Amino acid sequence: MNAETRSSGRFLYTASVVLLCAWVIVPLYLLLINTLSSPETVNSFPKPFWPEFDLGSLSFFAGFEGMLTALKNSILVAAMTMVMSIAIGAPAGYALSRFDFPGKGLFRLLILLTRAFPLPLLALPLAVMFIRTGLDDTVFGLALVHTTLAIPFSVLITFSLFSGIPIELEEAAWTLGCTRLTAFTKVVLPLILPGITASAIFAFVISWNEVFAAAVLTIENRTLTAFLLQNLDTSPLHLKFAGGFILVVPALIFIFAVRKYLFAMWGIANR
Amino acid sequence: MNARYLPYLLILPVTLFLCLFFLYPFILVAQQAFYADGGWSLKNFQDVTSHWKFPISFRNTMLLAAAVVPVQLALALLMATMVTRMQKGRDLILYVWTIPLGISDLAAGIIWLAIFEQSGFLNSMMSGLGVVDRPVNFLSYQHPGIVFLAIALAEIWRATAIMLVILVAGIGLIPKEYYEAAEVFGASPWKRFTRITLPLLRPSLQTALVLRVILAFEIFAVVAALGGTLFPVLMGETYAYQFDLLNGGAAAAMALIILAISIAFTLIIMRALRVPKGATI
Amino acid sequence: MAVIEIKNVAKRFGSYQALHDINLTIDDQEFMVLLGASGCGKSTLLRIIAGLETQTTGEVWIGGRRIDHLPPKDRGIAMVFQNYAVFPHLTVFENIGFGLRMQKLPNDEVKRRVERTAELMHIEQLLSRYSGELSGGQRQRVAVARALAMEPDVILMDEPLSNLDALLRMEMRAELKGVLAESNTTAIYVTHDQVEAMSMADRISVMHEGRIVQAASPIEVYRDPAERFVAGFIGNPPMNFLPAEPTGAGQWRVAGQTLKGPDLNRPLEFAIRPEDMTLSDAGLKAKAKVVEPLGAHLLVTAEVDGTLFRAVLDSDLKVSPGDVLTLAPTPDRIRWFDPKSHHAVQ
Repeated sequence: MNAETRSSGRFLYTASVVLLCAWVIVPLYLLLINTLSSPETVNSFPKPFWPEFDLGSLSFFAGFEGMLTALKNSILVAAMTMVMSIAIGAPAGYALSRFDFPGKGLFRLLILLTRAFPLPLLALPLAVMFIRTGLDDTVFGLALVHTTLAIPFSVLITFSLFSGIPIELEEAAWTLGCTRLTAFTKVVLPLILPGITASAIFAFVISWNEVFAAAVLTIENRTLTAFLLQNLDTSPLHLKFAGGFILVVPALIFIFAVRKYLFAMWGIANR
Repeated sequence: MNARYLPYLLILPVTLFLCLFFLYPFILVAQQAFYADGGWSLKNFQDVTSHWKFPISFRNTMLLAAAVVPVQLALALLMATMVTRMQKGRDLILYVWTIPLGISDLAAGIIWLAIFEQSGFLNSMMSGLGVVDRPVNFLSYQHPGIVFLAIALAEIWRATAIMLVILVAGIGLIPKEYYEAAEVFGASPWKRFTRITLPLLRPSLQTALVLRVILAFEIFAVVAALGGTLFPVLMGETYAYQFDLLNGGAAAAMALIILAISIAFTLIIMRALRVPKGATI
Repeated sequence: MAVIEIKNVAKRFGSYQALHDINLTIDDQEFMVLLGASGCGKSTLLRIIAGLETQTTGEVWIGGRRIDHLPPKDRGIAMVFQNYAVFPHLTVFENIGFGLRMQKLPNDEVKRRVERTAELMHIEQLLSRYSGELSGGQRQRVAVARALAMEPDVILMDEPLSNLDALLRMEMRAELKGVLAESNTTAIYVTHDQVEAMSMADRISVMHEGRIVQAASPIEVYRDPAERFVAGFIGNPPMNFLPAEPTGAGQWRVAGQTLKGPDLNRPLEFAIRPEDMTLSDAGLKAKAKVVEPLGAHLLVTAEVDGTLFRAVLDSDLKVSPGDVLTLAPTPDRIRWFDPKSHHAVQ
């Protein structure tokens, strides 16, 4: 291979990387322009390609009837989902990584089945079930459904995280005077905590982004996604864009926070 | 605590939870779908499939999946192999490329709405360049092709990241020695990709494709944001049956149809990409 | 006093019988090595003693107390793992002091004991480091120090040196032997390395397919293997075997030669170590195949009567492939095995 083809290959490579980065970033930037422009600009034509740093759209969003409540509901549901999916999922992840027990294959199948299932569809019968139990149109009821969505991920992710901790560390702790529980809290937990946080954040994002079940299961207590979806036809453009922006922001932060774990989480969970 | 019962105690919460919120509602959906006019029947299925919108929404969903998933796969493979060659700035590039992973389909739909709507950036750019005199309403019934394109682009933009993550993780599991061995035996970079990366990546490809295809059949919010009623899809129709028509039986039947399609494609992908026993890394 | 008694211990994994009816007594302060190839059950036995694995049947007693139903922490043992298992989130000091803190010892006592054992293992300058900042050898020292700091009755070691490189392994071997001799603990040491076993052990238990085939002092295991398996496993290269036919009155015909042996009237196997032969006028006719000058001696792989046969000879000898050597076995080093039961015959 001569130097010329190599340097042109190098150029092609760098150009594609830049292009692909632009492909991701430019649409986000355009949304940012709309969000940071006054409602008049957002509805005008042609559009500027530079934000005017006007908080008009955002304050309109904040002042829109029911929007802040929806935002609060979204955060609440996501936080509950985060806590429940880890509290329920992590023990199972630990069991999968540490024990061979009859029925393990069946259990993994149940988890995979859940992952491979169009889960939001279950919102329909759950709506009926929730009405009977008084959970309908509550933040907690929706959090239960979102937890079902997040659980296969939290089980598989914690499974792969626990598998990354050599069992010898726990065994060493046992021989040094720990019970199963103290070995877990003194050795496994400190090592696993960053990873657990990452998978909790992942659960948060799953709930934060979910549209279908949220729209089906809430009426008065809309989450942000459900609220935006419901008002898509009627709400003005600047409201949609400000809402979209508010939806995107936590995602940006959270993906940044968990970026180190994204790949490790999927590495073993695949098998 | 007896170690024999401990694993069962640990998986008990998940099992109970999934039985209550997954298996039980699933049975309810199935019951509701097969129940009409006070008895067991296929009437709900007949109703929804004979509705004039069904073939259109079925075709739209399929076309969208067929257009989006292969592009995503190719793009994700390209990005994944580019990342593995990268030395400087790998983490930053990976972060940028995985940003859409955290973005919901609704938000993605809104983002692409900002580009395609009548006063949007595409029109602004085209009028700035003098291509059009006045803004075109792209997302209207006069431009079904552009509606389709906008939805497909939004989907590709949003959901390639999940495939990328799975594939990068999968490539990370392939030992470097295989590539070195192949290089020693004279394999070109392209041959190394087709003869080593692709076959050894099969488990990850399987996961990525199954996950993507299932989600592609569930497409809903992107369409709602960009196409509205112009571009009916299966999941949107399900939503409409439940809320606009208040026909729970029909909605349940639609749900089961989507499920059946998902299962069929999952089986096809698993079969096509199955790894022979003992041929794992 | 910590005598370890293993009584009729057996272990099954599903349909696989990992250990068959193990009986073994290890004396107080004895250094016992469990030696065998991988999969022979030696690690399983050690883990049963530690309480990390539960035996299917049988009993384990330490110091006159039955402990096989107790969790590891209540057995009065400490353990050193093959991959060291040094806790990555704790400093060396906190690693060594981990067990002492679990016993809720006062701070100054923990400090005293940690510093003493660290000094013993020559790692006192590493106390504030984390495991990621240590070399393999240093991690090994931390793992041993952590076990010693517990001042246990029994110390269990599972291939503790096998992840070290050859030179470091030899150095640690001698050091570990010295430290353990001073600590007055009973030690059980699992290894697949026979040199390690020979050099460290008071007694070696050779294990094979889930059974202890011989438990004896290193020199006895080497000189008087109780079974053909031990003879073929211990020694590098191991013993040579040839079929032997009795010709009456304690005379045996081996590869065309007549040798003196036990007074029995059934076929046996003749066995001799490669170094227990000299070049002579009368003896076994061996046709040299491969000659390996190893510096200290000359290793000749030959054929005797169609059977592979090795001899270790003086390195000054000139031997070429194809030469026929006449090898005379040293009479008192000849051993005999029953070809059916594989047991040694006196």
